[in-house]
Amino acid sequence: MSKSNSSSFIWLPVVIVIGLFCFAPQVVSAYRLELLTIFLINVILAQSYRLMTTTGDWTLCHYILMGVGAYATGILAKKFGVPFYAAMPLAAVITVGVSLILALPLSRTIGFAFFIASFALGEFIRHVWLKFHTPFGGARGVNGIPKLEIGQQGDWYFIDFWDSTNFYFFTLIFTVLALLVLYRIDRSRVGNAWKSIYADSELCESIGINVTRYRVLIFCVAGFFAGIAGSLLAYQVGSIDPHNFEMVEMVYLIIWVVVGGVKTYWGPLIGVFSMSLVFELARPLQEWRPLLFGLILILFLVFMPGGLETLLPRIKSFFLGLVGKKEVR
Amino acid sequence: MSFFSVKGLSKHFGGLVANNSIDLDVEKGEIRGVIGPNGAGKTTFFNVVSGFYTPTSGTVEFKGKVISGLHSSKIAKLGAVRTFQRAALFPEFTVLENVIIARHLNADTSLLNAIFRHNTKAEAGNLARSKEIIEFLGLKDEQDNLALNLSHGHQRVLGVAMALATEPELLMLDEPVAGMNSSEKAVMVGLIKKIRDTWGITVLLVEHDMKTVMSLCDKITVLDFGEKLAEGLPEEIINNDKVIEAYLGADDIVA
Repeated sequence: MSKSNSSSFIWLPVVIVIGLFCFAPQVVSAYRLELLTIFLINVILAQSYRLMTTTGDWTLCHYILMGVGAYATGILAKKFGVPFYAAMPLAAVITVGVSLILALPLSRTIGFAFFIASFALGEFIRHVWLKFHTPFGGARGVNGIPKLEIGQQGDWYFIDFWDSTNFYFFTLIFTVLALLVLYRIDRSRVGNAWKSIYADSELCESIGINVTRYRVLIFCVAGFFAGIAGSLLAYQVGSIDPHNFEMVEMVYLIIWVVVGGVKTYWGPLIGVFSMSLVFELARPLQEWRPLLFGLILILFLVFMPGGLETLLPRIKSFFLGLVGKKEVR
Repeated sequence: MSFFSVKGLSKHFGGLVANNSIDLDVEKGEIRGVIGPNGAGKTTFFNVVSGFYTPTSGTVEFKGKVISGLHSSKIAKLGAVRTFQRAALFPEFTVLENVIIARHLNADTSLLNAIFRHNTKAEAGNLARSKEIIEFLGLKDEQDNLALNLSHGHQRVLGVAMALATEPELLMLDEPVAGMNSSEKAVMVGLIKKIRDTWGITVLLVEHDMKTVMSLCDKITVLDFGEKLAEGLPEEIINNDKVIEAYLGADDIVA
């Protein structure tokens, strides 16, 4: 909450990172570029999940909300031929609707009960996808989702999103926009109200913050961005099925934010970046990979419970300690 | 019609009768103390009137409106706000930020505003008012410190500051001097008087500390075994036989 890291210091690295991402298609292979696209989608998901955790509500169904966005997009685009500029916002709205329905009972629970109830509701939705062939396609899911397109072949403004570079930039724009909006919300009065609920919900009630309403609101806002991420995923992958949204994916999401930390806005970004890197580097390990990730999760919980975001302040205070200065907040 | 009135208020927890048919009327501008021995039902009473519990029977009216059963946040919106016995605050925010957060009811809290506009005129007003409240309560030197680093006395004053930030007409204080040393107590007593005298805010407080209640309150209500035992001016209460009996000896009362 301290104002020490003020604007100019923070924005320079941000601009550099965005620049690097703009430059990436020049140097990486088409396959790597698709991985990068998925990474950007995961960034939206992780950052929206971090928003959810600011009230202390660690849901276990955030991944499912991404699935809701993906299914909505897939069905709208394939079965109804809805163009992307209508399908994406509609998918986001549908996800917010589902989030609202889930949040109403969930907001009556806290702590462990919330944890378990969110898991149960998420699994319920996943099983609906599995059991209902119309319109969800059952275990095979929705396949052959048409690529999004701007204009038609021959139009001067035609953009072909079969080209992975084009879709990469499309995703990049959404990621930057989503991160910007989430950053603004995090710094706003509403964002502070959510953090206050985590600190002391009784106190919040007493000063006029309707805790239930704000917990429902955060669920819907986080759901909105999960829906956008899901929509992008549906267009990127072209097919979705219930196995994309199993519990293990939620565990990866939790690993990202635990490794990065949730206290600052930057934590999940660091987490999803470093863990995606590890994920790719560990590809030769194949089926041993989950074991490695489990180990990483345990190590972080034991030795660095605040996540990587606490690394820099720790190093700083270590060196300040060496020269005998006290850290100034 | 009184400013704040409690009618036949009862609260049962299963078979336990914590409050039994309590009546109480507070006039505007009054400082009212509610006292009683341990287990008399003071805290339950306080939690019921501030909306944290729903009464089993009876009503609480504030400015002619029934507030019992409403959410605490709704009651705060209507102008009756409570503080806590513990040091309730947002530890990782500064003192000033704590008070600004407590200006929630006087702020634009829409999502659109959160995304597009932060430094509005209304927020500038909230900042100015927060600073005014902080200065009024003598916390100016602590303004930029994290709330968790304050002394207990200052943390309790911050609690009052946050309550005042909601611009209440009725301030309900839950044991405002609990756990304080005598100089901190004196400061708190002075502040409560100042709040009433300068800003005309009505005060209802539940307190354990006799000396504080006797020196501060215009009128006192005594609870014992969940029922109202006596009510009157401080000097009447001191000399009331039933009260003396409940407290097991007059010496304790004036101590």
